[in-house]
Parts: sequence; C-alpha cells; structure tokens
Amino acid sequence: MRMRAFYEAVEEAARELYLRALKDIPADVRAALQRGLDAEKRDGNASAEQVMFTILENVRTADAQDTLVCQDTGLPVFKAVIGEDLMINGGELKRRLRRGCERATKEYPLRSNTVHPVTRKHTGTNTGDGIPVVKIEFREGSSALYLCAAPKGSGSENMSFLKMLNPSEGLQGVKRYVLECVLESGAKPCPPVIVGVGLGGTSDVAMALAKEASCFRKIGTRNADPVIAELEAWLLDRINRTGLGPQGLGGATTALAVHVEWAHTHISHNPVAVNMQCWRGERAEAVINGAGEVRFL
Amino acid sequence: MAHHVLYTPLTEEAVRGLQLEDTVTIQGTIFGIRDATQIRIFDQGIAPPADLTGGVCLHTAPGVRKLAEGRYEKLSIGTTTSTRMDRFVPGLLEQYGVRAVVGKGGLLAGSVAAMQRFGGVYLAIVGGAAALATMQIEEIEQVWWEDLMPECLWKFRVKDFGPLIVAIDAHGNNLYQQVKDRAAAKLEDLLA
Ligand code: SF4
Repeated sequence: MRMRAFYEAVEEAARELYLRALKDIPADVRAALQRGLDAEKRDGNASAEQVMFTILENVRTADAQDTLVCQDTGLPVFKAVIGEDLMINGGELKRRLRRGCERATKEYPLRSNTVHPVTRKHTGTNTGDGIPVVKIEFREGSSALYLCAAPKGSGSENMSFLKMLNPSEGLQGVKRYVLECVLESGAKPCPPVIVGVGLGGTSDVAMALAKEASCFRKIGTRNADPVIAELEAWLLDRINRTGLGPQGLGGATTALAVHVEWAHTHISHNPVAVNMQCWRGERAEAVINGAGEVRFL
Repeated sequence: MAHHVLYTPLTEEAVRGLQLEDTVTIQGTIFGIRDATQIRIFDQGIAPPADLTGGVCLHTAPGVRKLAEGRYEKLSIGTTTSTRMDRFVPGLLEQYGVRAVVGKGGLLAGSVAAMQRFGGVYLAIVGGAAALATMQIEEIEQVWWEDLMPECLWKFRVKDFGPLIVAIDAHGNNLYQQVKDRAAAKLEDLLA
C-alpha cells in the first residue's frame, strides 16, 4: 500500500517536472543570462545586447503568462538517482516516468515530437520506444529518489559530436576539437549555449558524459578534478573570444558555461564528445521519499 | 544601426533601405510556413492559396488548439532553423514576391544572392523566444492546407513583432557568415 503512494507520486512528479522544465528556467541559468546581458552592455555591442535583452524579456513573459519558454517541447530525458536504502521496482519506476510524460502531453497539451526514425510516423504522446530517456544512478546512504527532467530541444541536440582522437593528440587535440564543434554549430543551437564535454570511457560513455555536463550540471559548478576544472575555464574563455555571440550574430557571450565530465579510458583511446545545450537550459528537479512525499527543488 | 517599423505588405524600396544589423518591428500580417508547406509549393508544384506578394514569411510550426472548423487559438508559436528550408527561399522571392524571411540560424549563399537580386531580407528572430513571439502574434487570421498540420500555411495578425535583426540584407551581406569567418580566422591564435 505504501509503495502505491510512492509510484503515484513518481508519476505526478514526472508530469509536473516535464512542464516545469519547459516553463520555468533554472535560477543559475537566469543569473548567467543576466551576466551575459551585462557583458554585452559593457562592450557596447548593440545587437548582442538586444538579443540578450530579448531572451530575458522572453523568460519574464513565460513567467508572467505561465507559458512555455520555447515552443520545442523536446524529447523527455530524466535522470533518476535512487537512494541505495530505497527498495523499489526499477521497471515500475520507468513505466511511471513514461506515464507522467504522456499525461503532461495530453493534459497541457504539449506538442508531441516523437517519431519513428525511419517511417517518421508520430506517436503523438512524446513517448515511444526508448523515450523517455531515463538515466539511472545510485546514491549511497540515501533512502529517497531524486528526479531531474531535462526535455532536450532539437536545435541544440542536433549539435552533438563524437571523435575518437588519437592519444598522441593529447589535450591540445581535445581543445581544438571542442572549439571546432562550437564554430561548426554557429547559430544553430541558439547560443549562448552551455557546452557539455565528455572525455574518456568508451564512445557511448563519452556521449553520456557530455549530456550529463550540458544538461544536468548547474552553472557555477566546477569539476572536482583541478586539471579538468582548469580545462573548463580555458575552454569558456576561448569560446567566448571567438566572437560568435548570442544567436551567432556576434558578441562576447557565445557560451554561458563549459562543463567537462570524464571517465578513465583505454590506453589506445582518447574519446571526446560534445553536446550543446541552448540558452533555455531547461531543467527541473524533485526529491521523493519512500512515503511518496514530493519536494520540488 | 537604425530601427525601422515596417507595415505589411513590404515594398522593394523599404527592404532595400535596410542595412545589416538594423532592427525591425513588423505591423500587419505575416505568414507561417515550414518544410511541408514548401514541399507542397515547390516539389509538388501547387501554388499557395494566398497572395504572398510583399509578404513576410516566418519559419514555424505553431502549437495551437482547434476552436472550430478552420479556427485556431495560439498556444506557443516559435521559430525553427531556417537553413533546413534554404532551398525554397529563391523561389519564394522570385515566383511569389516574398520580401522578408524571418527565422533563426540564417541562410546559405544561394539565398543571399537571391535576396540581392530580387530585393529581400532575412530577419533574425531570437531562437527559443517563443513566449514573446506568441504574445506579439495577436491572432491566427487564416489557415490553409490543414492536412499538413501543424505545417500548414498560416496567416497571423501581428503587433510590434520584433525586434528582429537584419542578418542578411538586400545587398549581398550576410552577418552570420561575417561573424563565422572572423571566428574561424581566430582559431589558431586561440589555440596557441
Ligand atoms: S535550440 Fe533550444 S531555445 Fe532554440 S528553439 Fe530549440 S529548444 Fe528552443
């Protein structure tokens, strides 16, 4: 009986988080956008200032009208961190997350984007085979479930890159590749972007790390490894010196942040993955305890 | 850079008077078009059922709610990436007299040349700023080709639609390309 309340809370929370992520952009992203506006003002770049002002005005309009920030309702992506002291059925967890997305889509209603990759036939529910994407992790010493929704828009997700560099290309090769990806992306991912970089692992792990970096890390956090934190700072500085600017129309704010996540890798590997997140930086979080009590963060 | 308030339909003279990085707000009506709309016009050779002369075309597939036959309420109207529909732009200008394309991400060289030749501009809207655009679109006036939902041909009545930034002018200049070229030229220095 107790667990039924828990799963119902998961479904409700999934529905709510999907909508919140699309309507209410996180405080760290808002602050970074404001810093971007201030920087363009200082530089006296009128077009870039205009773009940053419009972005912030749009965020305020979405708040005031309780409406979507951007029309792209994305593909639903969840991160679920399960406390190791919480005994739950993983299959039921996934079914409830899916059900929550379907209800948000029908009840709001949200535009559905989910199609078959070959026939391009719409499911109409924003869910399908493998969708929502659910990333599961575990946390020691916890008896709660943490959920984060990051429904990813297409403009930024289409700007995803992977290269298995030669180990002899080293860190310099990584830096070059990331800058090339930013130039290649240009205006398409709706800059200013959050650049997510995944280093090491196998190819799929590198891509997953890049997604973690772009969508789930808060702006202002630094990687715990000082070597990696230094790389984050170096990349942010250089990316903003490209001058691509907001919307690729020129300016000082091409990226709001660069986040790098890493894993150990094979002696013969040097994988680098890049995933862009657009200025909307959508993300909404909640914690649910075993009794089904939900706390939105 | 100057600011211009433009009333639809646009004249060639008004469009040729715009310079790169000028800002524009639009009053009147604009058309909403997307991939499927233009595949029907150009690949299937079916002329649009509305007069696009002097028209402003927004690259969009709006989120709407149906009220009655042929009548829709706006929910969220945003902009999609224009480069995907680049190949249709010269035809819109030459055959149907369109004067401005509004979108995000810009267009390629062929469209830039067509804008110079026929007198057209590309106006950059802030990608992702749908909450604002939806407010500035007062009403969905008309819709054709509902079988393509949501990629129909839409006619929206707008008030103070913008500010939009002139990113490709009618004189062969492309702001996106200029910015990209400058960035590419810096790459080696940035890596040094
Ligand atoms: S890239 Fe992001 S902000 Fe831009 S249209 Fe897509 S979801 Fe919206």
